[in-house]
Amino acid sequence: MASTPTSGKAKLETVTSPSNIASPEQMLQYFKDMLLIRRFEEKAGQLYGMGLIGGFCHLYIGQEAVVIGMQSALLVQDTVITAYRDHGHMLACGMSANGVMAELTGRKGGYSRGKGGSMHMFSREKGFYGGHGIVGATGPLGAGLAFAHKYKGDNGICTAYYGDGAANQGQIYEAYNMASLWKLPVIFVIENNKYGMGTSQTRHAAGVLYKRGEGYDIPGEKVDGMDVLTVRAAALKAVEYVRGGNGPYILEFDTYRYRGHSMSDPGKYRSKEEVEHMKENRDPIDLIRKAILDTEKFSEDDFKKIEKDVKAVVNESAEFAQQSPEPDPSELWTDILVEG
Amino acid sequence: MPVQILMPALSPTMTEGKLAKWVKKEGDKVKAGDVIAEIETDKATMEVEAVDEGVIGKILVAEGTDNVAVNTPIAVLLEDGESVGDIAAAPAAASAPKAAHEDAPFVNPSCLPSATPAQPAAAAPAAEKEWTGPTVTVTVREALRDAMAEEMRADENVFVMGEEVAEYQGAYKVTQGLLQEFGDKRVIDTPITEYGFAGIAVGAAFAGLRPVTEFMTWNFAMQAIDHIINSAAKTLYMAGGQLGCPIVFRGPNGVASRVGAQHSQCFASWYAHCPGLKVIAPWSAADAKGLLKAAIRDPNPVVFLENELMYGQSFDIPADPDFILPIGKAKIERAGTDVTITAFSRMVGVALQAADKLAEQGISAEVINLRTLRPLDTATIVESVKKTNRLISVEEGWPYAGMGSEMAAVMMEQCFDHLDAPVVRVHGADVPMPYAANLEKLALPWEQDIIAAAKKVTYAA
Ligand SMILES: Cc1ncc(C[n+]2csc(CCOP(=O)(O)OP(=O)(O)O)c2C)c(N)n1
Ligand SMILES: [Mg+2]
Repeated sequence: MASTPTSGKAKLETVTSPSNIASPEQMLQYFKDMLLIRRFEEKAGQLYGMGLIGGFCHLYIGQEAVVIGMQSALLVQDTVITAYRDHGHMLACGMSANGVMAELTGRKGGYSRGKGGSMHMFSREKGFYGGHGIVGATGPLGAGLAFAHKYKGDNGICTAYYGDGAANQGQIYEAYNMASLWKLPVIFVIENNKYGMGTSQTRHAAGVLYKRGEGYDIPGEKVDGMDVLTVRAAALKAVEYVRGGNGPYILEFDTYRYRGHSMSDPGKYRSKEEVEHMKENRDPIDLIRKAILDTEKFSEDDFKKIEKDVKAVVNESAEFAQQSPEPDPSELWTDILVEG
Repeated sequence: MPVQILMPALSPTMTEGKLAKWVKKEGDKVKAGDVIAEIETDKATMEVEAVDEGVIGKILVAEGTDNVAVNTPIAVLLEDGESVGDIAAAPAAASAPKAAHEDAPFVNPSCLPSATPAQPAAAAPAAEKEWTGPTVTVTVREALRDAMAEEMRADENVFVMGEEVAEYQGAYKVTQGLLQEFGDKRVIDTPITEYGFAGIAVGAAFAGLRPVTEFMTWNFAMQAIDHIINSAAKTLYMAGGQLGCPIVFRGPNGVASRVGAQHSQCFASWYAHCPGLKVIAPWSAADAKGLLKAAIRDPNPVVFLENELMYGQSFDIPADPDFILPIGKAKIERAGTDVTITAFSRMVGVALQAADKLAEQGISAEVINLRTLRPLDTATIVESVKKTNRLISVEEGWPYAGMGSEMAAVMMEQCFDHLDAPVVRVHGADVPMPYAANLEKLALPWEQDIIAAAKKVTYAA
C-alpha cells in the first residue's frame, strides 16, 4: 500500500557509534516516516474540526522520533502495544493510512470496521496489538505479548509503550516484577512528554522514571526522544539485550507533545514559550532534516518530493475516510463473541 | 485553488462557538501549525492552527462574532501564486455528512430486545450427549484438574497461571500434579499481583496462547476486573473481529465458610452482565469437567465460577475420554410438573434436597441446573415454566440486580401469559456476609426457604 512506511522493521545491526548509526538513505526514510505521522495527525485534527471524527482524539505530533527510532530496530516477528495516543504507532508498524483514518471517522473501511475508533485499532498482521484506553494497561498486556514470544520461542520481543502519567499505575510495577522474574523479552517504552493530561511530571511523579526498574534488576536509560538517531541507537542496544534473553529493559524517552492532550484541551497548564521553544529548537523532523543535509547526499529537492508524496498519501486517506460508508447496522451485533 | 478555512469543532460536544480573536490578518503568510485565531468553545478558549501553508486571503467572519456554527467558512487561504481575485473559485468546503442515525426513528429496536428481537438469535447449542456407558466417581476438585490436564495434553498452547498453582499444588489443591506432568513452563506460580498477571495472561491470549488463569478466589479478581472486562471481553468487538482473547479465568466463587464479608460473595451477576464474556457456574463433577474443557477450547474469554464447598464432593461422571458439555445449555436435574426451580453452583444441590422434601408433601418440583449464566439457556427455562406455570430462582448472592432479577425479567418478557404466580427469588441476604456463625446462617438461603417459596407459589401453604 502506498502509505506504508518502508523503513518499518529492519535487520538488527550492531551499534558502532551514533555517527554511523544510519545511512543517509535510512535517515531520509526516517524523515519520510516521521513526516507521514506529522501530516496524518494534522489532517486528523482538521477532520476532527469538521466534525468527521468524534470523541477523543489524541495526536502524536512532536513525539514522532520515538516510534520511528524504536521501529527501526525491530524485526518482523516483534510486537507493539500502546495506549490511546496511537496513530503514529500504527503508521510506523506499516498499517495503512487509509485504514487508520477511516477508523477515525468510524467507517466500514477502518481497521476495526468503525467499531474501535481513535483509541482502539489492531493489526495482527503488522504485529500491532492496540490501541488501549486504560492508562497503565499496556504494561502487563505488553509483558503478556512478551510472555507469548518466549513461550513460543519465536525470538520475538515486545515493545510496550506508555506515558509518564501511566508510569505511576501500580500494575506497571506488577508487570516489572514478573517480566524480570521470568526474563520476558519486553522493552518498556516510557514516552515522557512531561505531562499526564494537565498535570506536569514534577507534580505527578516522585523520583526518576527510568530508575524505577532498579529494584527489579531491570536496566533503564533516559534518552533524547526528539532525535530519531539517538532513539535508534538506544533502541538497538535495548533490543540486543532483550532479544539476548536477559529480560526486560526500560527506555524513558524525553519527548514533547505539541498539541493538547486531546482535541479539547486548551493547554493552560504550560506556557506558550515552552511549546514554542520545543518546536523551534528540538523538532524531530527539523533535526533529521539538518542531519540529512549535513551528509550532503540529499538536497531540498529531495525533501520537496517527499513532502509531495506524503501529502498525497494523507489526502487520499482523508478522501477514503469520508467516502467509506458507515458500518452496516447489523455490525452492532457482530464480533461480540467468536462463533463456534 | 484557494482553500476555505472552516469553523472547527474543538470538543466532542461543540456545535458553535465565538470567534474571539484573529491572530493573523489578511495578507499574512501562515504555515501549518501557526495559530491563526482564538475560539471560545463550550468548554474553554482554544487556539486554531493552520493546517496548510499559504496567505490569509480574506477573513469572512469578524472577530468578536458569537454563535458561529461549526463548519462555517471563516477565512480563505491562498496558495502560492494565487490572488484575492481567485477567491470566488474557492470550493464549498466539505462538511460532515449527516450520520444515518440522525434520521432514524426514535424507537431503537436494538434496545428493545423483548419487543423486537433485533439481536440475532444465537444458534441453540447442541444437546448434551446421552451417556449409557460406564461411569467413575470423582470429586469436583479432581474433575477440574483432569479437565485442565487433558486439555494441556491436547494443546500445547494451554497453560495454567496463578498464585500457588504450581509448587504448592493449588491453594485448594485444584492444580494438583500439573506441575509434575507439564513442568514450570506451563504451570506458573505468580506473585500476588492479580491486576498484573491477569493483564499478562490477556496479552498472551491476544498473541494466541490459551491461558487458564486461576484466581485464588474470585474476591481477589476485583483487583483484575479491569483486564477481564476492558481488555479481555471488549477487544474482539473493538478490533472488528480481528483479535480475540481465548482465555479462562477460574477459581472459587461465592460463600465459603466463616470467612467474613471480603471473602464470601457471589460474582455471578457481575460478570453475567457483560457482553463479550461467557460465564459458567458448574455444580457437579460432570459439570466441572465437561464445562471446563469446553471453556478452555472456547475462543472467547470465559469466567468460570467454582465453589470451594463443592470441591470435595463426589459425583459419577462418564468414563469417556471425549466427555465434554456444551456451553449455554442448562440441565434438568429433576423433572417435575408443579413448579420450576432454577439454581446454579452449590444451590443446585440445595434445590434438589428441597425438591425431595416437596415430593413428600405432594408438590412436584422441576429443578434446572443453569450451568451457564451467559449465554443463559432461556429456552429450557421457558419450556419448563410453560408446563409448571411457576418459577423460583435460587442463588447465594445478593438479590439487587442479581441473577434472579434477570430470571424475573425473562419470565415477564417470554412467559407472562403462562405464569400462575409471581416469580419468587430465593437469595442471600442483602448484607455484607457476617462472620458470626448464627448470622452467617441467617444470611444464606436454605432448603426450607425454597420449600416455603414453592408452597407459596403453588398456594399450598
Ligand atoms: C485508568 C485510567 N485512568 C484515567 C484515565 C483518563 N486519562 C486518559 S489519558 C490520561 C493521562 C495519561 O498521561 P500519560 O500517561 O503521560 O500519557 P500521554 O497522554 O501524555 O501520552 C488520563 C488521566 C484513563 N484513560 N485510564
Ligand atoms: Mg504524558
